[in-house]
Amino acid sequence: MSAALETVGLEKRFGGIVATDNVSFRLEPGARHALIGPNGAGKTTFVNLLTGVLQPSAGTIRLHGEDISAMAPERRVKRGLVRTFQINQLFAGMTPLETLGVAVSERMGHGYEFWRPAGSKAAVIDEIVEIATRFKLVDVLEERTSSLPYGKQRLLEIALAFACQPRVLLLDEPAAGVPEAERHDLLATVAALPRDVSVLLIEHDMDLVFSFAERISVLVNGALFTEGTVSEIANDPRVRAVYLGESLDG
Amino acid sequence: MQGTPIDTATRHLAETSRWKPLECAFWLVAFGAIWLLPSHHLILNEIIITALFAMSLDLILGYAGIASLGHAAFFGFGAYFAGIFAILVIGDPLTGLVLAMLASGALGFITSFLVLRGVDLARLMVTLGVALVLGEIANKMTWLTGGADGLQGVMMGPVLGLFEFDLYGRTAYVYSLVVTFLLFLLARRIVVSPFGLSLRTIRDNPLRARAIGIPVNRRLIAVYTLAAAYAGAAGALLAQTTQFVSLDVIALHRSADVLLMLVIGGTGYLYGGFAGAIVFKVLQDVISNWTPQYWTFWIGLILVILVLIGRERMNHQAAVLWARLRGKPEPRPRTIVGGH
Repeated sequence: MSAALETVGLEKRFGGIVATDNVSFRLEPGARHALIGPNGAGKTTFVNLLTGVLQPSAGTIRLHGEDISAMAPERRVKRGLVRTFQINQLFAGMTPLETLGVAVSERMGHGYEFWRPAGSKAAVIDEIVEIATRFKLVDVLEERTSSLPYGKQRLLEIALAFACQPRVLLLDEPAAGVPEAERHDLLATVAALPRDVSVLLIEHDMDLVFSFAERISVLVNGALFTEGTVSEIANDPRVRAVYLGESLDG
Repeated sequence: MQGTPIDTATRHLAETSRWKPLECAFWLVAFGAIWLLPSHHLILNEIIITALFAMSLDLILGYAGIASLGHAAFFGFGAYFAGIFAILVIGDPLTGLVLAMLASGALGFITSFLVLRGVDLARLMVTLGVALVLGEIANKMTWLTGGADGLQGVMMGPVLGLFEFDLYGRTAYVYSLVVTFLLFLLARRIVVSPFGLSLRTIRDNPLRARAIGIPVNRRLIAVYTLAAAYAGAAGALLAQTTQFVSLDVIALHRSADVLLMLVIGGTGYLYGGFAGAIVFKVLQDVISNWTPQYWTFWIGLILVILVLIGRERMNHQAAVLWARLRGKPEPRPRTIVGGH
């Protein structure tokens, strides 16, 4: 069985700097996999390569066996590779209803329909409500996104990615900045993501990593430092030295 | 709150496309003016054409977030196209109008690739540059455009073969109003469609729009082409109803004025162009009667106040006041046709 997402010898150079250094990485179907690494390890560059924002200098990226290395970002999304952002990237002037509606319509291929009012298709509405229920957004569907509490915005951030029907979901620090009171909702929804979605979690928060992930990859200086199960990584003295030790103060 | 979340969601999505009383009133007044304000048809014609032009800018600025300082390029192109077409080929207004729209749309399509890259400042400069280049071409091609003397000898046939253009501007106003209304209806449908919603995501956050699978560039090309066709229609209406085209149609101040009007009227709800055009023209009329030299002083002052206070806050305050007067609960900030 081919991996959900796989990179082979992935490399990105900015001038003389190697931001991603020969990374060969495998995300199994249905995985709950975390990618960790100290600041500046190249996590962001790696995600940008996967999603197509950046073009790799060398190497290939495969999504369910298909080479997507040169594919435009929006086409990767249509193939099921979707990400969330560490800092909310939402549509401030729109409501969650409209936001989710756009994503669902787009995925169903209605993006160029200009004659029919949005929301006149029952299938779209059903799915919006279903997603809103899953992400506890039903009560705020008609509010303006910019006026939502931060925790709700964070949920919408993930719900919006989920509305694209991902097969592989890249979660970039989903709990970043969420106040303690709203944290539980968020972690519960992340934990309840359906198992047919393979998840790669990019995270600083070790509590979240240890509670959510089954495998962990450690990125250091752009290269894959080590990979293993949660207990292997937690007990690896080298990982403690390069990463966990440093994270104690931050 | 009543009903299931599905009913509520359906209702809220339908709400944005439903006609509001104020909208109906506006169009009733606009059509009523055909009979009620017979002595003002010339200025009304000018206002409605300007409003259509401003609405075309709203399509790209208000809905897709493309700031343009050269939108008169398409207005002017449409005007010259319609004028020259009437002289060289046939004086039928509708044929000329449709072809001018297609031609302006084609020009919009070609130049849209220039505005895809870069953000606001780059776009302002590129659009400005395109308009300057076209303006200079119109100036140099004297044999075709009449250059600085303007395009003379535009003779228009009757609209639909029935209605001759008259001296008082009655046919002109009715013609411009009906065309504008039809184009408005189309625009109104487009902005609440899935396509229209996807444009608003691009306006709010192109990075995320792309990350949810929206082909941002293609959408921008599509709406830029559409807006250019609309601007071309406005230009064609002006050329046909005044039977004259001067370099003024493509001048920088026309691009700047239309942007000013749209900001005064508000972006992203389609009526901003209408409100702005009316306010602009009426103020121009009133203030220049009072102090002919300095009327732009007042327009400038209004603009500064609007931008500093912020339209949204002002609209919201007005809505709150209105609700209090009627003893109803205070509204949440909401909008007419989509938009902010």
